[in-house]
Amino acid sequence: MQGITKRFPGVVANSDIHLTVRKGTVHALVGENGAGKSTLMKILYGMQKPDEGTIAVDGQEVVFGSPADAIGRGIGMVHQHFMLADNLTVLENVVLGSEKLYGIGGGARKKIKELSDRYGLGVRPDVLVEDLGVADRQRVEILKVLFRGARILILDEPTAVLVPQEVDALFGNLRELKSEGLSVIFISHKLGEVLSVADDITVIRRGTTVGTAIPSETTPRQLAEMMVGSELPTPETAESTVTDRAVVEVRNLTVYATGGASLGEVAAPVASATTVAGSTTAGSVLTDTSPTIEGAKRVLDDVTFTIHAGEVMGIAGVEGNGQTELIEALIGLKNADSGDIVFEGKDITSQPTRKRRESGIAYIPEDRHRHGLLLEAPLWENRILGHVTERPNAKGFWLDPKGAQEDTRRIVEAYDVRTPGIDVTAASLSGGNQQKLIVGREMSHDPKFLIAAHPTRGVDVGAQAAIWDHIRAARREGLAVLLISADLDELIGLSDTLRVIYDGRLVADADPATITPEELGSAMTGAASGHLEHADETADDAAAEDEDR
Amino acid sequence: MKKFDKERMLIAVAGPVIALVLAIALTSVVLLASDRNPFEPYRLMLQQLSYSDVQVLIVNQASLYYIAAIAVALGFRMNLFNIGVDGQYRLAAVMTAVVGANVNLPAPLQVVLLLLVAMCTGAFWAGIAGVLKVTRGVSEVVATIMLNAIATSVIGYVTLANVWGVQVGDNMTTGVMHKSGWIPGINLGSDVGEIYGLVFLAILLGIGYWIVLNRTRFGFDLRATGASETAAAASGVDARRMILVSMLISGAVAGLAGLPLLLGDTHTYSLSFPAGLGFTAIGIALLGRNNPGGIALAALLWAFLEKASPALDFATPTPYEKEIATIMEGLIVFAVVISYEAVRQWGLRRQQSRVGAELAAEAAKKNSESKGVTA
Repeated sequence: MQGITKRFPGVVANSDIHLTVRKGTVHALVGENGAGKSTLMKILYGMQKPDEGTIAVDGQEVVFGSPADAIGRGIGMVHQHFMLADNLTVLENVVLGSEKLYGIGGGARKKIKELSDRYGLGVRPDVLVEDLGVADRQRVEILKVLFRGARILILDEPTAVLVPQEVDALFGNLRELKSEGLSVIFISHKLGEVLSVADDITVIRRGTTVGTAIPSETTPRQLAEMMVGSELPTPETAESTVTDRAVVEVRNLTVYATGGASLGEVAAPVASATTVAGSTTAGSVLTDTSPTIEGAKRVLDDVTFTIHAGEVMGIAGVEGNGQTELIEALIGLKNADSGDIVFEGKDITSQPTRKRRESGIAYIPEDRHRHGLLLEAPLWENRILGHVTERPNAKGFWLDPKGAQEDTRRIVEAYDVRTPGIDVTAASLSGGNQQKLIVGREMSHDPKFLIAAHPTRGVDVGAQAAIWDHIRAARREGLAVLLISADLDELIGLSDTLRVIYDGRLVADADPATITPEELGSAMTGAASGHLEHADETADDAAAEDEDR
Repeated sequence: MKKFDKERMLIAVAGPVIALVLAIALTSVVLLASDRNPFEPYRLMLQQLSYSDVQVLIVNQASLYYIAAIAVALGFRMNLFNIGVDGQYRLAAVMTAVVGANVNLPAPLQVVLLLLVAMCTGAFWAGIAGVLKVTRGVSEVVATIMLNAIATSVIGYVTLANVWGVQVGDNMTTGVMHKSGWIPGINLGSDVGEIYGLVFLAILLGIGYWIVLNRTRFGFDLRATGASETAAAASGVDARRMILVSMLISGAVAGLAGLPLLLGDTHTYSLSFPAGLGFTAIGIALLGRNNPGGIALAALLWAFLEKASPALDFATPTPYEKEIATIMEGLIVFAVVISYEAVRQWGLRRQQSRVGAELAAEAAKKNSESKGVTA
């Protein structure tokens, strides 16, 4: 790819990017969130057209009008979010859409077996995808791409959903692929991984290539500085501000699954089935199709914890192990089937969401587009969202647009939301700026308890540091925080106490001062709960300890 | 800041304009295909506009459309499809007519009573669909459509001679209402006609609709639910309560839709009372973008098509079929749906790129400034 330029609505455009991938190598493309990696790959995969620049495959210049053209040229992409049909078998998923290649029966099965054996993928063609874990699903995605004849694979942040042990297995597969002469483009912003697996590295910053590196001659620090242009911010919290005043106490909270969404090692968020207005999900327990002991699956199983004023409690876990349900139960989107939630000494288990928010529970949702914003409404209306009954947004029954607008200007100023004005729609801001607006909004109502789900996901470095600062500042003032994040460094750095959630249960806890991401990772798979060096108590013991304190 | 406001206006106007131009063009194609003059019918219809009696007819008809469309729009704003406005207003009109014929209070009280009866009937009928949706998850579309059919049967029963019906010639009516419930109109002379007094109620409803949606907490919750159900739920909107309340309000407004005609002109509900208003109103609400001003224009346009088209049949030297207007109405609805979505997406992208450009320009300015300082 030579001199690729893409002018793009939003904040980061690609300008004059050069990328050369050698045959039979793993080429890492690194850069911070929002640096332009994804845009570049979308161009390579034919999903978007470059404004300038050329793409050449095997020395031949090509123009891609659609992903189909790219596939025809042997380029395949494994997306970060898997695109598999859960209720079909692996074979059916692989064949879907390319039935003409090897048929749908024996021929296809033979081809799948052959590919799987050759690259050591270990894929079983007749298993239902819904029975597979995240890592297995990813291998199916890779196989799908190979099945279509790809010689160049693009992997978009493949490790984001994996625990460290699974990452190693994936890297084994990648080495297998390159030894067979395939090329892999590996997108990541995790430096350690990149250095361990890549043959070449290209660094992208602010939409342009800032350099290339050879892993054997580069340290993570050098790479980081190339990526950020300055030193990386760290989420380290300084002194502990934990008090002994309990703000939130959750006792034996249990929630049953209400939809068909299965749990365990499911990558996709299971929230979709929960809050459809008017449907009859609330309160009723539907029988899950997945094999469970008592009919309905417990998505939250006997969860007990206490968060004190000034304490950040981090929850680690592979996505889909009950985090979403925990958040929804706390904010009131999901009813607790049993157990209590006590907030500032008051039982709020049966309170509606609005009441909870009015009484001082702030909420940074995990999916800001679905739960945090009205994308097509102006910023100042988004400032009202979630706090419509409170000043300065309303005076009694009446809305106060002037007050809300004024306060939106203040938030834009104080939280450095980059926008030309408060009348633009939320959709026209970049993800980081949207998130800053949400953080600003939630912090503006004097919260006592903050539920922060992936507060810096998809946010650029500058905004990330700013959001961490705001959380830290509020914590000093006595805010209790529940932090859920897939970024283990963020979790360890910000939290005062750590818990690991697995299959709806809090299976372990850990001291963030001593724990390593690897140790945490093994607890996240559920297997290693008892072997954690710094976290060998079970949730119940920890709870008892909390009571003692 | 103003720039983006202007931008919004542009987008708001572009959709309907494109839709109308498209619909007119397509109607001309239909005319051409059937070997007719593709422009003459428009001229004939526009000519009708200059007659003051036609003007009065249009305004009167538009008031019915307007109220019904406001009822539909209320639901639309929160993604609730009240297809049942038709049944709600007819049933409300019948009940009002029956009460008006059988109760006789002093004039102001009588009018208040009649308005209340209409609103309560409409709200009750819509509320059934609301309750079904909230408690049993029944789609309001299905429920309201079926309630329309049930309303027809109920009306048939109510107008039976041994219930409240009064036979007048071949027509089944509910009997003439007491004079105290008649609402006087503005008489513009015997050859021109009378503008219904309740036209002003329509205007008031439009203003009320705007205030409730844009200036109250309830309105914000309602719009938020329409914009994103999930975000609204997370922000603390109780979806079930919201559905029920807006269904009730929508029904109450729908119940008023037939009253300008009933209290201003016919003073009885008969077999010839107009049906289908509720369905027409859906197209009007769509064309008016659920905006009170837009709906007013759309209602007037529809009323114009309706009231100016009959003249086509009697045009000399060549008569045209008045169904041309019906074709046009259909095409408008089609064009509206397509052009609005296209314009919406175009507008979003346009604003995104403009915001991006503006921020880039700002950053560039800052950069050059800081460079200037270091140099």
